[in-house]
Amino acid sequence: MPPRLISWLLMAPGLLWLTALMIVPCLLIFILAFFERGTYGGIDWSAATLENFARAFDHLYFSIFLDSARIALIATMIALLIGYPAAYAIMKAPERWQTSLLFLAILPFWTNYLIRTYAWIVLLNPVGVINNVLIYLGVISQPLPLLYNEFAVILGLVYNYTPFVILAIYSALQRLDPSYAEASRDLGASAVTTFVRITLPLTAAGVAAGAVFVFVLSIGNFVTPDLLGGGKLQMIGNLIYDQFLTARDWPFGATLSGLLIALMMIALFMQAVATGRARGDHA
Amino acid sequence: MPRFLNLHLGATFAFLYIPIAVLIVLSFNKAGLPTAWSGFSVEWYGRLAANPKILASAWNSVIVATISTLIATVLGTLLALGVERANPSPARDALLFAPMIVPDIVLAIALLSFFTLIKFTLGLHSIILAHVVFNIAFVCAVVRARLKGFDWSLTEVSRDLGAGHLVTFRKITLPLILPSVIAAALLAFTLSIDEFIIAYFTAGAGQASTTLPMQIYSMIRFGVTPEINAMASIVMAVSFVLVLLAQRLNRGRMPGA
Repeated sequence: MPPRLISWLLMAPGLLWLTALMIVPCLLIFILAFFERGTYGGIDWSAATLENFARAFDHLYFSIFLDSARIALIATMIALLIGYPAAYAIMKAPERWQTSLLFLAILPFWTNYLIRTYAWIVLLNPVGVINNVLIYLGVISQPLPLLYNEFAVILGLVYNYTPFVILAIYSALQRLDPSYAEASRDLGASAVTTFVRITLPLTAAGVAAGAVFVFVLSIGNFVTPDLLGGGKLQMIGNLIYDQFLTARDWPFGATLSGLLIALMMIALFMQAVATGRARGDHA
Repeated sequence: MPRFLNLHLGATFAFLYIPIAVLIVLSFNKAGLPTAWSGFSVEWYGRLAANPKILASAWNSVIVATISTLIATVLGTLLALGVERANPSPARDALLFAPMIVPDIVLAIALLSFFTLIKFTLGLHSIILAHVVFNIAFVCAVVRARLKGFDWSLTEVSRDLGAGHLVTFRKITLPLILPSVIAAALLAFTLSIDEFIIAYFTAGAGQASTTLPMQIYSMIRFGVTPEINAMASIVMAVSFVLVLLAQRLNRGRMPGA
């Protein structure tokens, strides 16, 4: 058998599975977006329309898009600010500890997302651990409203996605040739200058990969705004959920999902550009 | 500077682990409330074991995770072997990366619409079909990482000595990549048993196809209870053990998602 035929035979079942149960359903979503909801739910296939798109850019829904983007952006920034120095510290740690430290940083990422989010309900609620401790210490006399607001949602997103940022930036730092930074120091640059001019630009690809991951998973998140926002805070993920399970307007839900995929593509494209530029700088 | 970095790393680990530690400690608290420590007790764990809804949903999760992992491990490994031999293709790489980055809710509603349109009955089997999607991509990524350093001359020698493709695969390739394949399977099992949104949308109505995360979600929505703390501790312990095993097998190579 020719080798190309063998490689195609090996790939065929997996690629077919992904095509049938990912590509086709996602294409279906794009098609649904151009139709309207039938009178009794379901889909009215009689005429194509752009009505759903006009509605998505309506003030009400568009502001939810903007809010989601803003919350995702803040979460991304904070995760980078926590993740970068943490990854840097792991890289600077003695070699034999590095694997264990990295493993420890990623481990929470592998546990149940619902449970990691629930843990913050236990900590933040009015009779929760944090309020109890603060009252016990006499710092406050009334419980602080920590849960069911934007603060809690951002905290939950940062908590859940920081491990990935650490992983992405650590792998970028590890690929970095230490002699660049040494040369910079030898030529008289300060540690800060060396970091800003050498290390940071050369690890931009890792930063971009981590940032895109947090942003994309945050903006389309459903569980965190639902559980930590307490239904008071709507993000696109919740809006899509409602269209499918509550309002039963599948075409509109499909339109919102299509726009979410478009946003995701833009983020990935920006990452590709950032990675290309990072490569170009020292090629 | 190093001192500041180490302090930061310590604080980051505290941030990551304190919430988990609090849950575990509270699950052993007799009164079950976070207000005060009232003595050590395993009462809440006992209550879990006596709750038929939780047991049934846990069993459903085990079925879904086991079958979807088996299918995805076979298809994903074959896929990785094929991809490493084929000409590079950015489009194919994008297809293989997509399931890891498409928001869960989008894949969930896309599959629900698709299954509804083709009038496919929903249940545990549709959750399995859906979970295989992200698990194939994941297994493929882990096995491909291993194959990057694979010495293909070993299989050429085997072929030159007259062994067929299947014998070469069984005697040479498979034993060499097996640790990664098992590691990938353990991680895929972890992903599947913890997955909530896609299962929620593709399960159909009724308790019969409720998985453990769906059960946990409905319990969490009712509020904080000591039973959830106990269940959370068990679920986390299972994930930790599986991931630790995978890490051992894969010798420190640890992909992110």
